[in-house]
Amino acid sequence: MLAVVGAVVSVVVVARRGDAPWALSYRFYVYFALFVVVLRVVYRIVLGGGAVEGETVLIHLPEIPLPEVARGIQLLGDVTAVSLLGALYDGMRLAAIILCVGAANSLANPRRLLAAVPPAFYEVGTAVVVSLSVFPQLAESVQRVRRARRLRGDAGRGVRSLRRVVVPVLEDALERSMTLAAGMDARGYGRTGGATAAQRLVTGGLMLGGLGALCVGAYAYLDGTAPRVLAGPVLVVGVLLAAAALRSAGRRVRRTRYRPDRWRPAEVLTALCGVVVAVGVDRAFDLDPYVVVPDLGSWPTVSLPVLLVVLVGVLPAVLTPPPATDVAGPSSHDPSDRDPSDHDEGEVPRARAA
Amino acid sequence: MLELRDVTFSYEDAGPTLKDVDLLLPDGELHLVCGRTGSGKSTLLGLFNGLVPHFTGGLLDGDVLVDGSSIVGTPPRELAHLVGYVPQDPAAGFVSDVVEDELAYGMEQLGLDPQTMRRRVEETLDLLGIADLRRRSPRTLSGGQQQRVAIGAVLTMHPRMLVLDEPTSALDPTAAEDVLATVARLVADVGLGVVVAEHRMERVVPFADRLVVVEHGHVRAGEPADVLRDSPVAPPLVELGRLAGWDPLPLTVRDARRRSAPLRERIGPAPVRGPRRPVGAPVLRADGVCVDYRRHRAVDSVDLTVRSGEVVALMGRNGSGKSSLLWALQGGVRRAAGRVAVGPDALDPAGLAPVAARAQVGLVPQTASDLLYLESVDDECAAADAHTDGADGRCRALLDRLAPGIDGDQHPRDLSEGQRLSLVLAIVLTAAPRLLLLDEPTRGLDYSAKTQLADILHAQAAEGRGVVVSTHDVEFVALVADAVVVMAEGEVVSAGDVGKVLAESPAFAPQTAKVLGPGWLTVADVAGASS
Repeated sequence: MLAVVGAVVSVVVVARRGDAPWALSYRFYVYFALFVVVLRVVYRIVLGGGAVEGETVLIHLPEIPLPEVARGIQLLGDVTAVSLLGALYDGMRLAAIILCVGAANSLANPRRLLAAVPPAFYEVGTAVVVSLSVFPQLAESVQRVRRARRLRGDAGRGVRSLRRVVVPVLEDALERSMTLAAGMDARGYGRTGGATAAQRLVTGGLMLGGLGALCVGAYAYLDGTAPRVLAGPVLVVGVLLAAAALRSAGRRVRRTRYRPDRWRPAEVLTALCGVVVAVGVDRAFDLDPYVVVPDLGSWPTVSLPVLLVVLVGVLPAVLTPPPATDVAGPSSHDPSDRDPSDHDEGEVPRARAA
Repeated sequence: MLELRDVTFSYEDAGPTLKDVDLLLPDGELHLVCGRTGSGKSTLLGLFNGLVPHFTGGLLDGDVLVDGSSIVGTPPRELAHLVGYVPQDPAAGFVSDVVEDELAYGMEQLGLDPQTMRRRVEETLDLLGIADLRRRSPRTLSGGQQQRVAIGAVLTMHPRMLVLDEPTSALDPTAAEDVLATVARLVADVGLGVVVAEHRMERVVPFADRLVVVEHGHVRAGEPADVLRDSPVAPPLVELGRLAGWDPLPLTVRDARRRSAPLRERIGPAPVRGPRRPVGAPVLRADGVCVDYRRHRAVDSVDLTVRSGEVVALMGRNGSGKSSLLWALQGGVRRAAGRVAVGPDALDPAGLAPVAARAQVGLVPQTASDLLYLESVDDECAAADAHTDGADGRCRALLDRLAPGIDGDQHPRDLSEGQRLSLVLAIVLTAAPRLLLLDEPTRGLDYSAKTQLADILHAQAAEGRGVVVSTHDVEFVALVADAVVVMAEGEVVSAGDVGKVLAESPAFAPQTAKVLGPGWLTVADVAGASS
């Protein structure tokens, strides 16, 4: 079941990702997910625990006695099928979450996302987007400086050599960000449009209160033991406060959007597919919990309806239009045909990233 | 209209950068700001839109007016709709990943309505001839295209004045022509006022209506032909005019050519160029060098031989593989194929340890400051000596020869462009390499600094080194090179004696050759023949 979710997500990503830097990051999420699964299982083996008498023992490992202080922690010891399977499922659950986050990250263009946020967040959003674009530049800078180090005839090991890379790279990064800040300022970024200090204070207060209430509410909603009065009502209050803050902030922003993104059939369809899967799995859990959270004692089962529901998630891979990629044409479109300050150096880190 | 009234500006703990400046720059004209490196050109430009002193700090005295109203104390963002400022490196200022959005960005800040934005974006795309790039990411464009996008991004705000800081310094000759032609069209057709700062004046002078010279904190402005009479920086064409005693001075090649008949008679036929100095055995033999990046071949089977005592210039478009070739020769970039042999022992620097490779091949990279990481010039010199056996004090001695009078306690970042280049060159030369490679060393250098660099390279060649220098600067090549190799798409397209190669191609001909015919490369050639 979890494996199916992972596969569905991967198919969509592979089918519909662009060629932007963030689109290439999915593979790292996959590695990370695998790492989490392995780590979870290894932990269970090393730290043991969960082994109950009378279960199928797969491997006998000698238990290492620990001092009294560390009572409750078991090193090695018998590894049973159930405990191992439990660890595997735990790991897979985490891995599935990581894959989904990774997919969202590699499919969504952060700049288009920015276009959708309320105007009040505009400034924060721009900062986030700009910082995203800094990372490839940083990698390029590191590459360049490391090559330059060879020119000084310095084999370079240890902390002293680290400085040789870090100092020029940081200086470079600082200089770049100052240039960018100056450039953005010169182009009108952050024009205030005459908001008073009091207005800003009100907006800030509303926003903080709203976010706080949202956090408390969400926690209470998810944690069944919390008092119910904290759940629903506080959540609603939080949403209201946050909305008020956004309105208040948005009112004073005199900024417009060039060609905002509209909801077209493809977008609606994709969103619908997501909702169908979420609701479907939620229902399935009510009907037959073992399909979603497998029983440790037997083979995991998958019922046809649930499988179909999850497979709905794969639909966007075929139904949506392929992303508009930055097609490389003849020489004038070649990525290397750029400013000399970074033309050749830029190629190497990009090659690495691939 | 921009106006400075009695402006004095100084950075903290330093004498005034600009002193008692009175300047009036009317709309609808192209103003060229020039001066020596570090004379305060960029400071002057920054004053017009408030970046100086808002971003740089410093003390401003006097009044700056845009269209008659004072802007002192107004931050740059509130001036965005009046003054469009394009910084030196346009790629560093891009905020979005689609050209169209980049053009719209400024208008979004101004809060214009969507219809106006849409209309202005289309108009600007057409005006600058970048309509086919509208969906591309600005970062993947070529240098010239990036510059045009950056200009477009401020034009959409319909500013009264456009301020460009060295718009062509990173561009090859053809791309630079494109950008300047675009700017000239904006002045002629749209009636926009444009202020351009530029080191390589030879490109802009023909278009300029007025020249603003910054010298020792003082600013003079006037008709180009008048101001150039005694300006501290002047393109070769003007130097030639001064030499020949032409009055008024010629500003375009055509102008000079019409008047050049008497001079041509006086100096006779072009000199037969012998080698500048005895040339010895080859220090570098490279056969079939290839460098591959992810999807394309950056350098494709290049053969190159450099003899001791020879200066070879490497030319070609941006991205034609010059830097990759230099790095492959040094061993810092992996070769996909080919052989490199340096010196009599035919060593391959790629297979040597860094210290040994350094003694064979020295490279000054494009961003020379990548090599610097310590707090003072003395520390840098000591570190360079430490990496070479028995070189105590050699680096400092070299530095004193290249650029005398640098205070050893200074931070390398505080040095001028030319001084920093000298420091890096001294560090590289401490290991006494047989082959010296320089990647675009002339960026940000004025005419006299370039002449100095040429002298340094000649001296290195005279000591028996082979020198390879990659550059876009045709006039510098005419000064420094014995042989020229032109690359395109990773391949060598022409190679040979400097006179022959430069004369063959109109894009690469220096101004003197354009006026007096092939064979005359520099004003110094003419001076030698006419005396």
